[in-house]
This record gives sequence, structure tokens and C-alpha cells, in this order.
Amino acid sequence: MVLQKEMLARQFRELSMAKETGKKVVYTFVPGNLSELIHAFGMLPVYPEINALQSGMRKKSGGFIRDAEKAGHSEDVCTYVKCDVGMLLNGNIGPTGDKLPAPDLLLLSYTGCFTFMKWFETLDRLYPGVPVAMLHTPYQENGRITREMTDYMVEQLKTEVIPKMEKVSGVKYDETRLAEILEHSAKAEDLITKIFNTTKNKPSPIDGYFAGVYYIGPINAGFRGTPDAVEYYQALYDEIMDRVEKGLGPITPEGVMEEEKFRLVVEGPPNWTSFRNFWKLFYDMGAVVVASSYTKVGGVYDYGFRHDPARPLESLAHYCMNCYTNLNLPQRIDLLAKYITDFQADGFLVNSIKSCNSFSAGQLLMMRQLEERLGVPVGFIESDLVDPRYFSYSNIKNRLDSFFQMLSQRKAIRGEMEAMPA
Amino acid sequence: MKKYYLGIDLGSTTSKAVIIDEKDRIIGRGITNTRSNYEVAAELAKQAAIFNARFHLLQQRLSGIMESRPEYRRYLDDLKDAFQFLQFRERMQQLGKQFRETLPAVASDTQQLQQMEPLLDKIIGEILAETKSDYLEHSLGGESQFFRDIVAERYNARVADLPKQYFEPLMLLFDKSINPVENEILQFDFRELVDEAMGMINDRYAFLADRPEGDRSLNFDAELNLLMGNYRKVSDSLSEHIDKVAKEAFHIANMVGTGYGRALLPFPEDCIKSEILCHAFGAHAVFPNTRTVLDIGGQDTKAIQVDQYGLVTSFHMNDRCAAGCGRYLGYIADELSISLNELGPLALEARKEVNICSTCTVFAGAELRELLNVGEKREDILAGLHRAIVMRAMSLLARSGGVRNEFTFTGGVARNQAVLRYVSDLVRKNYGQDLTINVHTDSIFMGALGGAMFARRSAEGLTTEQLEKNTASEVH
Repeated sequence: MVLQKEMLARQFRELSMAKETGKKVVYTFVPGNLSELIHAFGMLPVYPEINALQSGMRKKSGGFIRDAEKAGHSEDVCTYVKCDVGMLLNGNIGPTGDKLPAPDLLLLSYTGCFTFMKWFETLDRLYPGVPVAMLHTPYQENGRITREMTDYMVEQLKTEVIPKMEKVSGVKYDETRLAEILEHSAKAEDLITKIFNTTKNKPSPIDGYFAGVYYIGPINAGFRGTPDAVEYYQALYDEIMDRVEKGLGPITPEGVMEEEKFRLVVEGPPNWTSFRNFWKLFYDMGAVVVASSYTKVGGVYDYGFRHDPARPLESLAHYCMNCYTNLNLPQRIDLLAKYITDFQADGFLVNSIKSCNSFSAGQLLMMRQLEERLGVPVGFIESDLVDPRYFSYSNIKNRLDSFFQMLSQRKAIRGEMEAMPA
Repeated sequence: MKKYYLGIDLGSTTSKAVIIDEKDRIIGRGITNTRSNYEVAAELAKQAAIFNARFHLLQQRLSGIMESRPEYRRYLDDLKDAFQFLQFRERMQQLGKQFRETLPAVASDTQQLQQMEPLLDKIIGEILAETKSDYLEHSLGGESQFFRDIVAERYNARVADLPKQYFEPLMLLFDKSINPVENEILQFDFRELVDEAMGMINDRYAFLADRPEGDRSLNFDAELNLLMGNYRKVSDSLSEHIDKVAKEAFHIANMVGTGYGRALLPFPEDCIKSEILCHAFGAHAVFPNTRTVLDIGGQDTKAIQVDQYGLVTSFHMNDRCAAGCGRYLGYIADELSISLNELGPLALEARKEVNICSTCTVFAGAELRELLNVGEKREDILAGLHRAIVMRAMSLLARSGGVRNEFTFTGGVARNQAVLRYVSDLVRKNYGQDLTINVHTDSIFMGALGGAMFARRSAEGLTTEQLEKNTASEVH
């Protein structure tokens, strides 16, 4: 935790001094982010979604959203977008209190979320004259990546993204440099995969959702490809393995969870404005999330994908196409089914966010299919990313109470059945 | 000693209590309107359920006689109504006291105060007299049976007839007085109350028997005619049974609270259960083949899928909007100045359905006025409104995974015949004509029943085998 805080503080400090140090700044998104490429050109990344969620956790998003709505954004627009726009309108002061530098390049890595395009059209208007590089990631419509899809992406990298990066940074593209960075990426990816697999233990040593969102911070927020990230994930892994050896449960804001009563798989992003209260509704009930799709938003490493220094651009393309929200619905269902089975979950829960299309479309289908395929009890709650108006504590509590009671009832029955002689 | 189990469902509009015996049979049910003090609402529902259980036992004891002698059944029905009236009267007297205490705070000056006192006494006297005959002649019928509603309707009507200067202070007086009176728990002794009720109905039979020769208005009522001749005999032979029933101790071995106000119930934590589980369990107990439950209550609608044991596998509830729930109907009834119970029958008279676009309760009110304005008929608009509600429930059912056979419809709104018709039509149209659709006259009590059943199970720690056997058994 300390290490992570230091890393992030350093990152934001570096960003705030970018103008003085002459470092160029790239605004880009987490899903399908090209952090390694940005680093290869010595530039600094800024992730608007991460700023938005940080503003949400720091109780600033409500005001930002109001300002964005005043500026004409509708109530139904993605609240990350509105929070980001509101932050810009209020002087672009980042989560740590430092002013964020204006972008030198807008790198739109388009992975399945149509809002991303509209978001960058807005940024394009707010930062007139800043070059925009668009990387279109083909959706895995048929559930696989074809040669043509890879070629198409590599071609875009070569003809659109890299030339623009060269121009903005004044640095020539160096594939050897990129390959070195990708080596670090692969190491961090190995480690984070091992970390998220530790929840197979009983009790699970960590919460793979509420704590998981902290763990994905470094890898998603620009540290992928750095030795820092490898060091961080190694330290984290060691710490968690120590907990496993001691048989300890996950750490919550109120201490170690004494008894693991329910193991859940959760689909969908969390609510950030009432994050602590939201989490409390789970740990108070002894519920631990053993796997979540949201922690795979910045990359799915479960099936063995790693950035590959031997094929730098190709592996960047594969990385983008493998992001969770770029998978088709049957693929997402397969992944969730794998989690439910491998991690021995007692229940599956969806946190649906209406303003987030890329996650919420298809969630009911997922529920139905998982229920049918695995006979797993399913639950559904609704909240929002960073709009505090759409987090109803009592509604969510009411649904979760029923959900947990449903799970314990089923567990009791199953326990009796197993206890009965064959 | 016999063991009984209590389930209390504290809903947003009504609070329900159900008492079951060791075989899951319902022996008592009670209902009251939910009020600001949940503890009182729960207590009153429980009190009503215990009284109801005593009458139920009395009826059981008399079942032999009642079959062959219809006057016994009639006597018992009349007795129950008189019994209800006496409880009403007691609370009405409390309200009268509260009026007098509150009066100085609402009267503009001493003079007005002095003028208002006799007016109030008159109003109270008239309400009592009117309500007494309504109870004794069973003419409350479709109206709400809750103290607040019965009084408010009659009080408002009388205040409206008074000179204007009294309107505001008297309405304010009512608003200030009704809550403390409603939130008071009144203790009644069953035996005493029954004795008084018997005296009251006996007097009435005596009076009717002595009516002038020419008055033939009651001649069509065969049971009453039989009673007038021998009410003394009937009442004497009941006494012994009433003694027994009044002495029966209702030992509540365990209880479970549910409903949206459950967290506020004065129950230990392990006696609080989610209403989703309770409604499903109750509905499944009554109709053991149930696989999908639709419950439309005061402010939420639930679509619940259950397995063969009545255990919930998934559920969906309305989240941000209560359009399509009971409160929506209440609001529409207010807009049309008719009672909630009249809505359904009126909608069934429609010749066509006016299309209602609004998904918001408040906007639907505006749309209703607009449609009346352009000449649409009340019943046709109501038909459209009922359909709109059901369409929302259909969407929730779809979200929860659709409808599987058998389908059971529960909750207060299931008593509305128009809603029931649209639910049946649309469920069959969308999920198959062969579907079995279950609705029970006690549909509003399903949550409380499920709660009581959970109470019994958790008290006894049953195994799956027993659970399976029990859930398959019939509840009477």
C-alpha cells in the first residue's frame, strides 16, 4: 500500500512538472491502453477514467458532474465523461491536488466502448489543435482473433499511432526499446495473474474486487512496462502468500475478515462515490469476492496472454483485442463461468450501471446463462460509477440482504444434501 | 401445549401478521395500515391475528353445527363484526380525547374553541352511529377497513358541510390528532369484548324481532329471520365454546419479521428475513408447484424464481421508480376521488384501453386529467392504466428470467381484478396458454405466511427431507 501510494504520488508529481521537464503528455484510456508505447517515446500517460474514479472516491464527482450537465451534457451520459469534463472546467486539478498538464496527444484506443469516441470528440473540442491518434480495436465478434484483425491493428499502429507519437515527442520509434519495456510488462502480468489466483484458497487471502481495484491500480495506470510495477507486484504477491500460509482472510477497512461466509464472483464496475459503504455491505456479511470481471478491464491475462518482446506490435494488438469489454458475450460468460467454477463461488452478482454501456449490455443474459449452466444463485443490483445521486444505500442493502439470505439458505440445503448418506 | 408460529410482514402500506400451527396451517391472520411507529403496526397486526385465530378455533369447534344450522354461521359472522366495531369504538373514543386536548392549539380564539366543542361531539357521535350500523350490517364492504380511512372519510364529509370558518381548524385538528391515536396500542380482553359484542348483537336481533308488522324489509334474509327467533339459544350454546377459546394460550414458539420495515421490528436479528424469501416461501407453500412468483405490493414489485423446495434461485425488484405498484393505484384513486377497491371493477367495465404513455406515477396523474379533458371515459382510461402497470411487471418478469410453470401472483395488488386479468392475459400470451396461474384470496398474506413458516423451521431445525415433505403439504 505504501509502495503504491509512493508510486502514484511520484507519477502525479511528474505530470504536474511535465511542462518544466519538457515531457509530453498523452491522454488515453485504460482498456486497450498502449502504456508501453507511450513510455517508449518517453511520454507520460493520463487516464481520464482513473481521474474520474479518484474524484468519485474523494467526493468531488458530484460537483463536477453538475458542472458538466450545466455545460450541456445529458443526465444519461456516462458519468466518467461528465466527471472528467467537469474537472477540466474546474481547472483540471488532479486527484492529488496537483494541476494536470494539458494533453500533447489524444490517443484514443477504441475498445468496444462507443462513449470513448464521443468522449474524445469532446476533449478534441476542449483542447483545440491537439493531435488525435485513433486506434480502432476490432471487437471479437466471433470470439477469436484472426490474422486479418491483427494485421489491421498493426497497420494502424505503424501508419497512424507511431508516426503521430514520433511527431509529438520528437523521438524516433525504437522497437528494441519497446521490447525491453514489454519484458517488464509480461513479468508484472505473470505476477498479477498469480495474485488473483490466490483467491482460490479458503479463506481467500484477499478480496478480488474491493481490494482488487487497488491492486490493478499500478498495472492499469501507466506502470505496466516499468520495473517499478514488477517490484510492486512481487512485494504484493509475497505479502499475500504470507497470508495464505498463515490462513488469514482478506483485509477490510475494519480489519481482517474473521469468517468467510460467502464467496462471490462479481460482474461490473464498483460504485466509487460510496465505495467504503458499498464494500461494508459485503464484508459485514462475511462475503468475499473471489473473482471479478472489472479487475480485468485493463487486460485479461487468465488464458495466458502476455505482452511478447519477440513480437512487440503484434502483442500490443492482441492485448487490446483481449480486453474484457472487447470480448463478445459468450466469451465473457465463459470467463465468468470459469471463475465461478475454479474459485468455488457460492454466488454470482451483477452491479449494473446504466450509464456504462460497455459493461451493462448483456448482463441479464450473462446471469441467465450462468444460472442455467452452473445452477449458481445470481443477484442483481444497480448503482453508478461516480454520480452520487445514483447510489441508493437502502435499495442496495435490501437487495443484498435478500441475496445473502438466499445464498445461506442454499448453502444450508446443499450442506444437508452432502451430509446425507448416498 | 400447542405451539404456534408468527410471521409479520411490515410492508410500505400495510402490515400483515399470520399465525400458523405446527403443521403450517394458517389459523390466524391480521392486517393493519403501516404507520410511522412500526412497532405499533406490528403489534396491532399481531393482536388482530390472535383475535382472528381465536375466532378460527371457535369456528372449528362449531363446524359440525354450522353446516346444518346456518343461523350459527350468521351469528358468528355478526359477532365478528360487532367485535371489530367495539375495537373501532374504543379507538374513536381515544380520538375524541385527543381532539379535546389538541383543540386549543388549532382554535383561533376562545370563542371559536367553545363553538367547536359541540360540533366535534356531534361529529364523533354521528361517526360512531354510522359506523356501528355499517359494521353490524356488513356494509363496509369494499371500503378500507382501517381505522384511519374509515374515520377520515366520514369526518371529512361532515367538516365539508360545516360553515367555512371551521374547515381549516378542523382539518388541522384531525391531522394533528390522528397520528398519536393511531400509534397507540390499545389492550383488549377477548372474553370481555366478545361478551359485549354478543350483548350488542342480541339487542339488535331483539330490536329487529320487535319491529312493526308492516316492515318487511328484512324478510328476504333467511338466516337473520331464523336468528331472530332463537338468538338467545344460539348465544347460550356458544358461551361454553367461547370460554374454551378465550382461555386458549397462544404460545408463539418463534417468530420472523419481514417486509421493507423489517430492520425496524423489535425482533432479534436472526428473526428477520428478507421479504423476497418469505414471499416465495409462502407462495410456494400454498401452491407447491410454483416456480415463478410475481408479487406486487405497495411500493415494490418483485419477480422471483424458486426451485422445487420454494427456495429462491434469483429475483428482480423495481429499483428507482415505484410506478406500477400499489401506491400508483392509490394515487390514481385519489385523483379520481374513488376508493382503491373501486378501481379494478371500474376498469373491467371498459370498452377499450386508452394508451397510457407515462411510466411515472405523478405524470400519469397529469395524463389522466388530460385524457378526461379530451373526453375519454374514466373506465377506458383506468383500463389503460391497469395495463400500463402490468406491462411494467411483465418487463420485470422478463428481467428475472421469465415465467415458468406454475406462476403465482401475490401481494395486495393481486386482489385487484383488473390487474389480475391483465396479468393472466399477458403472462399466457407471452409464456404459453397452458400455464397454470395461481392467485389465493390471502395473496396479501403470503410474505407473513412465509415468515411464519421460516419461524417454525428455524425453531425445529428441520432436514431437507422434512422440508421437502412440509413444503409439499397443503396449507389451509
